[in-house]
Amino acid sequence: MNAADKYEAVIGLEVHAQLQTNSKLFCGDSIAFGAEPNTHVSPVTLGHPGTLPKTNKKAVEFAVKIGLACNCAIEEKNYFARKNYFYPDLPKGYQISQHTTPICKGGFVSIKTSEGEKDILLNRIHMEEDAGKSIHDVYDDFSCIDLNRAGTPLVEIVTEPCISSSEEAFQYITELRRLVRWIGICDGNMEEGSLRCDANISIRLKGEKKLGTKVEVKNLNSIRNVKKAIDYEINRMIELVENGGTITQQTRSFDAGNDTTFAIRDKEEANDYRYFADPDLTPFHLTPSYIQSIKEQLPALPQQRMLQLKKEFGLNEYDAEQLCDEKATAEFFIAVAQHTGNYKAIANWMLGPIRQHLNETHATFDHCSLQAKTLAALISIVDEGKVNFSVASSKLLPVLFTTNAHPLQLAEELNLLQVSDTGELENWVNTVITNMPDKVAEYKKGKKGLIGLFVGEVKKLSKGKADPKLVTELLQQKLS
Amino acid sequence: MGKITSGAVTAYKKMALPLASIQLFLFTMEVNDQLIENLAHLSRLRFPAEEKKSLQEDLQKMIAFVEQLQEVDTTGVEPLLHMSDNVNVLREDELKGSCSRQEALQNAPSHDEVFFKVPKVIRK
Repeated sequence: MNAADKYEAVIGLEVHAQLQTNSKLFCGDSIAFGAEPNTHVSPVTLGHPGTLPKTNKKAVEFAVKIGLACNCAIEEKNYFARKNYFYPDLPKGYQISQHTTPICKGGFVSIKTSEGEKDILLNRIHMEEDAGKSIHDVYDDFSCIDLNRAGTPLVEIVTEPCISSSEEAFQYITELRRLVRWIGICDGNMEEGSLRCDANISIRLKGEKKLGTKVEVKNLNSIRNVKKAIDYEINRMIELVENGGTITQQTRSFDAGNDTTFAIRDKEEANDYRYFADPDLTPFHLTPSYIQSIKEQLPALPQQRMLQLKKEFGLNEYDAEQLCDEKATAEFFIAVAQHTGNYKAIANWMLGPIRQHLNETHATFDHCSLQAKTLAALISIVDEGKVNFSVASSKLLPVLFTTNAHPLQLAEELNLLQVSDTGELENWVNTVITNMPDKVAEYKKGKKGLIGLFVGEVKKLSKGKADPKLVTELLQQKLS
Repeated sequence: MGKITSGAVTAYKKMALPLASIQLFLFTMEVNDQLIENLAHLSRLRFPAEEKKSLQEDLQKMIAFVEQLQEVDTTGVEPLLHMSDNVNVLREDELKGSCSRQEALQNAPSHDEVFFKVPKVIRK
């Protein structure tokens, strides 16, 4: 038996999601990414004495939304606490966080893995403010501080230690990112840091109940890196223990350059954050009717939509999954489905030529210039045999994206309507038969597969306008 | 040493729970050098060794004063989580109140045109 098979991994993830508000959690500075350093700051952000922070209503609403979307219980009586520590990017000397009363408790996120479905259990989701940013490479003797990010509203989503592989972690973050984007509380951009993940990883012998010593890996700025870091860390720990070593509690960082982790500090003494209720901020109470009203504002969630696309519209798992990757995509499908009953064709168009066109023009279904009813009309004329699919997607679609003209009229104007007039078809068919006497002879001797070749030639001759079904019939008649 | 008023006792009763952790910290720990050093480190304070002794005595007295609260029976009292009776003083998500960079930087002991400058910190 492989030594590694004796062990199992126990993983818990902490995800910080930056809430997509306009302003900060406790004051009116903008939270827009990429501004000139120290331009989104105010006396509150700077931690000046005598300033009074005030909680952003929208941030509370967003925190409740993610809680409801993750099946959490919502705390009705909330207050903020101060977490005291010194660091240059923390101007007040404390971070405002929720300690005793996280706004969301319990809950779960369902994921699909190669071994089936699993609910990843959440411990809590709490609100807190972000710190500023330290920049170390401007001066040799100084670090530079940019406080634009200080005070940005975050939710920290904490799982139970119930994740047992890097694959599960990967699926969980993918699902969580889809969810926060879907309900519009966070843009989910890991590269810009609006979604950040720390992983707590430990190993233990299979069957062992007690948790092993954990290591916390920070600095995971993509979902792929979360997976890589976990894999590396599990292997490192197993190797260490197998060689007689002891795992020490550490904070480690992921090095994306070589896919390894390295220790940044040992956590020998527990931090003493001296939490206490922030006296400058009033508690906030959430009534059951408020929570209910937020619940009613939530859109149908990805898993509900997928089920609907499969049950109501008869789509297969793959199509439903693909269409529910983003809310705008699923909604575009639903919008088109109001105008045509050929649901499979909608999926094919959306996941094929439309997505390709959007990608090429760096657009998304969110801002798709093609209207739902235009696509429905396009599908209809293909179904009716007025144009064939390849002409429709290569010649009509690009024009429709900019004009949303009526597809049938456009096809007429561009002279792309399929010809089903037998006279004209017969001319093309006759030409092909005359031009290919050898092939015709072979066909007549029994090489029936050649029919495709003839149809193709007719199509070429007609510049795609010949109705392939009629052409096939005509050819079969003439060659029999 | 002063006496604790009845008003203070009521307030304390309400605060019993959040104070529990502080109690543990205060009442079970002897005020020794180690404690003084820890507190000084957490508060980023520095003082000469000879002051340590008087600090230690002062702190011991403060603890003894607060210790009187231990005598109050808090059975059945709802824990007070926050001192304020106001709730839900919230603001709309609007942009306002930011100051200029120049204003932001002007009171800092060290800065350039763009950044606050601090002693070099190792990467987090």
